[in-house]
Amino acid sequence: MQFIQTIYTIWQREIIRYWRDKTRIASTLFQPLMFLFIFGAGLSKTLAAGNFGVDFVQFMYPGIIAMSVMSVAFFSTISTVWDREFGFLKEILVAPVSRAAVALGKTLGATTIALIQALILLVLAPFIGVAIHFVIILPLVIFMLLLAFAISGMGLLISSLMKTTESFGFVMQILIFPLFFISGAFFPLTAAPSWMRVFANVNPLTYGVDAMRQILLGNQIAPTILSNLSLHPIAINALFLLGFSAVMVSAAVWAFNKRA
Amino acid sequence: MNIIEVKNLTKKFNGLTAVDNISFEVKKGEIFGFLGPNGAGKSTTINILSTIFLPTKGEAFINNFNVLSQRDEVRKSIGLVFQDPSLDDRLTAEENLRFHARLYGVSSDEYKKRKKEVLQLVDLWERRNEIIKNFSGGMKRRLEIARGLIHYPAILFLDEPTLGLDPQTRAHLWSYILKLKREKEMTIFMTTHYMNEAENCDRIAIIDHGKIIALNTPDNLKAKVRGDVISMKSNDKLSLKKELEERYRVEVKEEDGILRIEVANGDQFLPRLFNELTVKIDAIELRKPTLDDVFLNFTGHAIREEEASDKEHMRQRMRMRRRI
Repeated sequence: MQFIQTIYTIWQREIIRYWRDKTRIASTLFQPLMFLFIFGAGLSKTLAAGNFGVDFVQFMYPGIIAMSVMSVAFFSTISTVWDREFGFLKEILVAPVSRAAVALGKTLGATTIALIQALILLVLAPFIGVAIHFVIILPLVIFMLLLAFAISGMGLLISSLMKTTESFGFVMQILIFPLFFISGAFFPLTAAPSWMRVFANVNPLTYGVDAMRQILLGNQIAPTILSNLSLHPIAINALFLLGFSAVMVSAAVWAFNKRA
Repeated sequence: MNIIEVKNLTKKFNGLTAVDNISFEVKKGEIFGFLGPNGAGKSTTINILSTIFLPTKGEAFINNFNVLSQRDEVRKSIGLVFQDPSLDDRLTAEENLRFHARLYGVSSDEYKKRKKEVLQLVDLWERRNEIIKNFSGGMKRRLEIARGLIHYPAILFLDEPTLGLDPQTRAHLWSYILKLKREKEMTIFMTTHYMNEAENCDRIAIIDHGKIIALNTPDNLKAKVRGDVISMKSNDKLSLKKELEERYRVEVKEEDGILRIEVANGDQFLPRLFNELTVKIDAIELRKPTLDDVFLNFTGHAIREEEASDKEHMRQRMRMRRRI
């Protein structure tokens, strides 16, 4: 039916545009890899002295995936701001289609792109010394998807409110750092001060990183150590991400509708 | 049959009345034009009719569908070519077309047949798989026309279709538009501030400051200008004006330092001027009335004067564009 057709059409355009921009594909892959290599290699010996019972690279790896998902998902939604600036949004908004379908198409487009990049990182995992067992791939991908969808929804909401790419970029810059650093990607939140915990509790990355870390390190480190590093049961993480996505996408649809 | 009906349409933006209580009808199959300077309310009207803006007051019916309560049906009935380009530069011509077709519910089979038809109509079939970033302005406009047609709308809305195009492209574009009218019996609703473009319309509504000043066929409108127009320049304008008024008892209008009179049979009147006038004339011109003269007659100012207030117009457009 037309609703699904609309989602597919919007989604397909995002994918085509992404695929034609080879430089963008390369550059968004570069940052997380660099992070991992430099920080991982540089810090691992130093932190090994602290005897946490886990290799720092392994600890950081879920965070790196999350960072890649976040930046790609966010950046992909900039297409909506471009559309507004260059007039294409008018073509979309004036079409006899549901705004909800448009929002879902765009969110799924950004999600797909983020997922592709995250999967590439996953393939590279063994080369960095992170062991991936076959059995964990599916739950890992599920959480990559959930996190990507949540961030894409947030990105879409922001981009539907922004009028220029400059203001969008500005907001992104302000958000990306706290989202990433106060998420447990870099250091465990279990021992962090309470004001940080408040922010972390509404940060979708927290839940994504937490779940992925538990999945990734599940068979590799002692359960007691793992529970010291973890915040919530995996199911709770999934629920939060789903709820967060629903709120974000609904708000984005509302923002679209305000326009006409 | 009236395919567009507008009743008491008003639109206000932040205290500015862009469209002021206008009413009109458009018959099926005609080319109907809105002629007026920048900022007159033409684009606002077309935006209301295409459901982009909501009216402040009044109602409008497109193809018997209510613009307020049946928006999707209205949208399916119209093809839009906007004033500002709205194509995706990173897609090919065909991909732009397909995107539109899918959103408007054109089935895959229908699309396969129609895409060749509409692209050939605008001579872009050969270049359908090229990314349109490098298309010229005229080519993009033609693609937008093809795109506006792919879902076989009842009416084609053209908002300043040749704005920014060179005269040759303009002429080409019009040959496509007229071909559409002939071959598809399509109703076309357009806005323009180019006088000669409006001559192509079956009927024109002259709009200024949000109001419709006159509505008729181009010929009828021109007939309201009393006759041929003779324009004169002179160093001694005042004396010339006085002599024209006293000797021939005609109304003398002045604009930009040029004196104008309207007389029947201007070609026979000219020799009289040469023989009888005592005041020296430096330059003289005789022509049949154009829409320029119509506009001047009805509004008291030339359409070109409005373009001097471009800054105000830009400000207005910026204000309105924020809404999308």
